[in-house]
This record gives sequence, C-alpha cells and structure tokens, in this order.
Amino acid sequence: MSGEVSRSGPLPDGTVDVAVVGGGVVGAAVARELAGRQSSDGRALSVALVEARSDVGDGTSKANTAILHTGFDATPGTLESRLVRRGYELLGGYAERAGIPVERTGALLVAWTGEELAALAGLADKAVKNGYRECEIVGADEVYRLVPALGPGALGGLTVPGESIICPWTTTLAFATEALSRGAAVLLNTRVKGVEHDGDGETVLVTNRGPLRARWVVNAAGLGSDRVDRMFGHERFTVTPRRGELLVFDKMARPLANRIVLPVPSSRGKGVLISPTIYGNVMLGPTAEDLRDRADTSTSEEGFAFLVDKGLTLMPALMKEDVTASYAGLRAATEHGDYQVHLDAAQRYLVLGGIRSTGLTSSMALAEHAAGLLAEAGLVTSVREDPPGPPRMPNIGEAFPRPYMCDDLIAGDPAYGTVVCFCERVTAGEIRDALASPLPPADIDGLRRRTRAMMGRCQGFFCGAEIGRRLALTKESR
Amino acid sequence: MNLVTDVAVVGGGPSGLTAAAGLAAAGLRVLVLDREREAGGIPRHSDHTGYGLRDLRTVMTGPAYARLLANRALEAGAQVRTSAMVTGWATATGGDGMHALDVTTPEGRLRVDARAVVLATGARERPRTARMVPGDRPPGVLTTGQLQNVVHLHHGRVGTRAVVVGAELVSWSAVLTLREAGCRTVLMTSEHARAESYAAFSVPGRALLRVPVATSTRVVRIGGRDAVESVEVEDLRTGERRTVPCDTVVFTGDWVPDHELARAAGLAMDPGSRSPVVDNTLATSRPGVFAVGNLVHPVDTADVAALDGRHVVRHVLAYVTGRSGTPGSGTTGSGTGRRPGIPLRAEAPFRWVSPGLVRPGAGAPPRHRILLWPDEHRAVARVVVTQDGREIARRTLPWPVSPGRVFRVPSSLLSGADPRGGPITISLG
Repeated sequence: MSGEVSRSGPLPDGTVDVAVVGGGVVGAAVARELAGRQSSDGRALSVALVEARSDVGDGTSKANTAILHTGFDATPGTLESRLVRRGYELLGGYAERAGIPVERTGALLVAWTGEELAALAGLADKAVKNGYRECEIVGADEVYRLVPALGPGALGGLTVPGESIICPWTTTLAFATEALSRGAAVLLNTRVKGVEHDGDGETVLVTNRGPLRARWVVNAAGLGSDRVDRMFGHERFTVTPRRGELLVFDKMARPLANRIVLPVPSSRGKGVLISPTIYGNVMLGPTAEDLRDRADTSTSEEGFAFLVDKGLTLMPALMKEDVTASYAGLRAATEHGDYQVHLDAAQRYLVLGGIRSTGLTSSMALAEHAAGLLAEAGLVTSVREDPPGPPRMPNIGEAFPRPYMCDDLIAGDPAYGTVVCFCERVTAGEIRDALASPLPPADIDGLRRRTRAMMGRCQGFFCGAEIGRRLALTKESR
Repeated sequence: MNLVTDVAVVGGGPSGLTAAAGLAAAGLRVLVLDREREAGGIPRHSDHTGYGLRDLRTVMTGPAYARLLANRALEAGAQVRTSAMVTGWATATGGDGMHALDVTTPEGRLRVDARAVVLATGARERPRTARMVPGDRPPGVLTTGQLQNVVHLHHGRVGTRAVVVGAELVSWSAVLTLREAGCRTVLMTSEHARAESYAAFSVPGRALLRVPVATSTRVVRIGGRDAVESVEVEDLRTGERRTVPCDTVVFTGDWVPDHELARAAGLAMDPGSRSPVVDNTLATSRPGVFAVGNLVHPVDTADVAALDGRHVVRHVLAYVTGRSGTPGSGTTGSGTGRRPGIPLRAEAPFRWVSPGLVRPGAGAPPRHRILLWPDEHRAVARVVVTQDGREIARRTLPWPVSPGRVFRVPSSLLSGADPRGGPITISLG
C-alpha cells in the first residue's frame, strides 16, 4: 500500500507503521522524514499521510506570509526558537536541492514612533539570544536608501539580512512528492472523525473513508490538532483560529518592495508587513483577528479597510497599483506561547500542535525532532541506506528561469513555448506536467499552486476558460 | 531566432489588425504578434451582431468581424503570428532608433527588431480582486471576458442564477451570454444613480430580458465556501443591505488597459486611464512607439478601436520613412524634433481624456474626436474648453454624458487653442 495518492474509495487494508494526520507543510515534512527511515529489521517504515482536504497544503500552509525566517524575533529558549533556527538551515539547503524557489531578500524593521525606535536595541539583543548575529540598527537615511518607496516619517530601522522569501506551495508539494517516492501513501479527502484502540497497541483512525490502522500516530492536524488531541484523551491546548488577511498587489509594484519591510511590535499592537512575493508581486498584511469558525477563510470589509489605511502610511505608491489577489489564512494559535509538542509513548502518539506561521520555516526541523522523539519512545528507526532523494520541482519563482524563457526546453517540446496563462506566463507544457505529476491537482486552485496559472492580474479574463478546459479533460481521462 | 521588420504590431485585435492592414498595403513589412491561438481579439468571443458599423459600414457578429479583419491584414501582406507572446523589450542592436521585443512562441523564442512598434494590447475588465470585494472565494465568480470565453469558445456551462455587477453595454452582453447558457440574471447592480448604458438598450433590455436593475447599489460581500451561494448588496442611498441568492457572479466593465508593455517601456502614463499618453498622431512619449485602440481609451467600441488603427497608418509611415535615410537625424513626421504637445486635461466628472496631448500642426485625432470617460450622468452636456484661464470654446452637445461609456467631443472645439499656450482643460459647464 505504498507510494499511492488516493482521493476516493476505501482505504488500504493492513496496518501502517505511522499515520501522520494532517497534510500541511508540517505533516508532509514528517511523512517525508519517516518514510526515509527503517525499522530494526531493515524494513522501510510504512507511512500514511492523512489529509481531510482534496490536496496537500490546502489549509493554513497555503495562506501564510511565505517568509523563511531566521528566527531573530522568536522568544529565546523556546522550542519554536530552536526549531526555527534549525529549520531555516535545513529548508534553505533542501530548497536548493529540490528547486524550491527562495530569494534572499533580507528584511528591514522600520520604526515609526519613538517607542518603536527605542525597542530596536532590545530586538537586536533578542536576535543574538536566538543565535542570530547579523542584525544592525540603522538611521532614517539608511532606511530610505534601502526602501525608497516608504512613506514619510520613518525614524530608523533594524536590518535582518537573512530573512528570505520562499514558495510555501512548492515546499509542501516537494515534501509530499518525496514522501510518495519513498513509499508513503497520501490519503486525501480523508477526515479523521475518531480514534479507537485495540488490544495489540494499534490505533484505529476512524475516518469518513473507513478505518485506518496504525502502530503510531503523529498529529499534525493544524487547526484541528486540539480536536485530534482530545480524541486521544488529552486536554492540553485549544486552537483559536487567528485570521490573517493579506492583499497581493500587481507585479508592477514589485520594484517598490525589494526586501521585506517588517513592523516593530509595540503598544500600538502588531503592525503589518510589506513583502515581495516569490511570484513577483508585493504583499501587504496580515491582519490578526481571533475567530471561532475554523473554516472561515473569507476576507472582510474591516480587514481591507485596515490594510488600505496601513498601506497608505507605509508605502503610498503601493496603493496606486491594483490588487491582484486577496486571501485570508487561519493561524493555529493556542493559549500557549510555544509549539505544543507532546509525546505519549504508551499511546504511541505524538502531537505537533500550535504551530503558527513559523511552521513553514521550522517544518523540516520539526520532522527531525519528531523522528528523534519517536525513536526514543521505541519506534526503532534508523535512516534508510539509500532512500530516494528530493524531487526536482518545477520552478514557479519569478527570479529564476521559467520554461517560456528557455530556448532549449521549447526546442525539445513546443508546449513549453505555448503560453496559456498570459499574465503569469504559464505554458501548456507546465500545465500538462502538473496534471500528470505524481501528486496531481484536484481543482483549479491546486493547479494554481503548482503552476501559477490564473493567479495573475486578469484572474481568468483571458485564460480562465482554456485552463478550465484542460483541467476538465484530464479529469475525464482519469 | 532574430526577425527584422519595419513595424511590429503587438496585439491582433481590431485596432492592431486594421493598422497592420494599412501599413502593409502602404508597402511596409509588418509583423503582428498575437498571444491567442487565433487573431481577432475580444470580438472572437462576442457572439452578437453590431460589429463593423463605423469602420466597415456594415454590421456582423463579433467572430465574423474578427475573421474579416484578420484576413484583410493577411491579404494586405502583413505577417500575423499567433500563439506569439511578447514578454518584454530587449536591448535594440539594429542601430539607432530600432526597437526590440522578446517573444515566446511554440517554434521558439524570437527577438523581433522593428523600426516602429504599434502597441494594440487592448483592455480587460477589473476582476473581483482588483475591486476588493470581500467574502468567501468560491469558483463561479467571473468577468464577462471569461464568461464569453467559456460559453462561446469552449461551449462550457455556468450556473442558473447570476448577479451581474455593472450596467454598462458589456454588462448587457454578459446577460445575453448568460441567457444563451441557460442562466437567468436575477439582478444587475450599478453604483450609479441610473443604469449607465444607452437608454436604447437599457429600457428594452429590462423589458425583454426582464432583468431587475438595482441602481446606487454596490456588492459588499460574496458568500459560499465551495460554490457561490449569495451576494450581499448595499443600497448606497440608505445603507440598507440585503442578500441575493445566486450561483454565479459576473463582474463587468470597470476597464483597465493591458499596459504591462507600455509601462515596461517607461512610457508616460495617464493616471486616470492608466494608459500610455498619446498625442493626436497616437504617438507615445517614446519616438517610434505608437499606441492604439482600447489600450489608450478603455474602452470604446471595436469599430472605434479599429479606426485608431486606420488613423495611425499615416503617422507610422511618416515616422518610418522620415527616419529611413539617416537614422537619428530625422526631423520630419512624428519623429524626434517635434514641437512639444499641449497637455489635454479633463475635470470631474471626467476620469480621463484621450489623446492626452495635442500636437499643433499634426492634424486631427482619430475620427476628429476627443474621448472622455465620465463618472457621473448628465442629461445635458455643456462642454467648456479653457486654456490659460481663457474660455476657448463652449458648446452643448446633443448626446448625454453617461458613465460606463465614452463621451465623444468634436476636436474642432480645440481649434481656438493657442499653439504656444499652456494645458487645455475640458470640463462641463
């Protein structure tokens, strides 16, 4: 039962060594890590990645600020601080091997008030406590030299040269694709509704697609991680979804934001950031609003008004450009200040909960940490001798060559010279490849996350019908 | 692969194809680059009649019009390359005054060197995102362009109950397309106090298509997580809100030019229309680069766009032949050494005016018309033209000022302007 993507029908029979609940960036990283390990008899661990939605990376992981964090501003001494620092190195290296686009833009915290200016020294100290020594306090002149488009009134800043931007979609897809190549099963449209234990120490996950038996369970269910934790009988934390709305501006705004512009936390509350995106746009946000509904990723009038108001102060020229997209993500915030990582050896159960927006950066470190905890608890694992390596992911980053620019690719296959989505310059070849990939998309949104098709300024005015047709044809032929 | 041509026309819609036909007939080598699989532009998927009135003195359907214009360009000797996407400007190497474009095609990448470039990239409707309409983000939210592509070119399906946002001419076109696809329009909304489009369409439109039109109304939210379930609308006069059940939302009108190449060239841009600024010869701020059609007036009808294409022929020809002897020294035509143009400005309720520059001695603008985009309705159009504090013309025009369509003013109203004077302003008295 390995190496398959399954979206419908009965679940596979038999017992897997590990079921990872939640196909976000953390769950996919854990599945990838564990599928690369073996038990004491030299047999590769069998792993199932169990995801309620129709695609991996379709929840919180798809709608974040897409920053590869140095961890300079984490709370020193926390697990989050340690894993972000480690994850930054791990994911930075993995991204190069797998072709995940990363731009080392650097960041600049900008102080707009005396209070914020005074806070910079403390932030620089905190960065050192977090093991990051590259920050530098700069004056207003340098702030405007670094980001000339900022609105008037900046008093000073703190540079964080290591902060980078990364493609969160490709990251999750790369992890899941590598997990597949290592033999893991990816079970989509599979919602865990309950947990039963049997006498042999195995866990039965009760799902909408029937039971799934597992020797070990890792809970990486994000917004649902507290609920799954309760299914195992624990009362340790409660997830309060914190909605973050973001505006994405037209690519023509990109020269305005050549690096990440971060707010300084102050008594006025947490501000918003302006960041270049890996796709060549500029992003403004996020808002922060606690919700009850764990599926409410709608945007709001209040959120838009707040962001427009902030944007007019931070970077007036940005607000003259059109908004290409807006979206809202839900952070899995809890009442605790740190990640909720708890092992229950007797239950053969590990929870990785309360992973907030830093989870993209820390994902591989969390997976490494999880594998270590499971080994200590008796899931004897060693690294497989020669597990399949990272896949080479299609590049959807703006800063790196894409098929429409490549003479040799087009000479070999005219489909790479046939631009279908004009705004994003996505070719027929890339769409075909995504639809035929080991982990194909289930819908237009999934295709968008794999190729950028239809995420541009026209939002489908020119290409929507053609792309819909190509997706429908593939679905029919399956 | 490198191609050298006299004129590269970017965009094979009505204005680009008409310009190409005229330039090729005048003996120039012309290359039209169109990114779609077939040339013809927007009329290809506007499957109703009314095309060709002003340029061809006849009427036909959009697809027939698109085919006819493409054939005329080919017959005149222009080369038309489809599936050819211009991705940017390259550094010209063919000598002073040359322009170079990067193009991606299935046959490979091209570098096109041209003595003149005509930008005819058209316009598109602002999608929901650019209008910042909040709420859920289900599929089933379209623009007219996508709707007509789905229905006319791909024979796909839409829902059964639609809300159409906007009440411009194109909005009624969307209603017709929806009806053809078996989808009823349950509400049309307009933020204006009265529906924008021609009374001649709006009244029978309401009667025949039985579409309720809510004026002074804006859409404030879209509801439905996996599919559209409703829109919430607000009455701008009372602030009252109500929910309208539907499964399809079409955002119509609210045009924005496809100006990426124009901006990438660093052309002077008009903040109101977001188009490249052109003068009465349709020349942009960069010598040898011209702009025509709905790229410079988003949007007027297809035939008016086509007539821009016809108008620009003489000026491109003058530019190319004037420069052909000794590159860089040309002072004739609309090349370098021209007198600076007089800026043309529009006051509220107009959002933009085109052309944005009047170059004395360079002849009339296309169709002897100045085009303006109104944001408010006025039953009586008393046009006032001033320059340096002096009123140079005042005339009441026999057509109303209606938002959602271009307001046309005869260019003869500018004839009293001082060629050495300051900016000219058009307003309503």
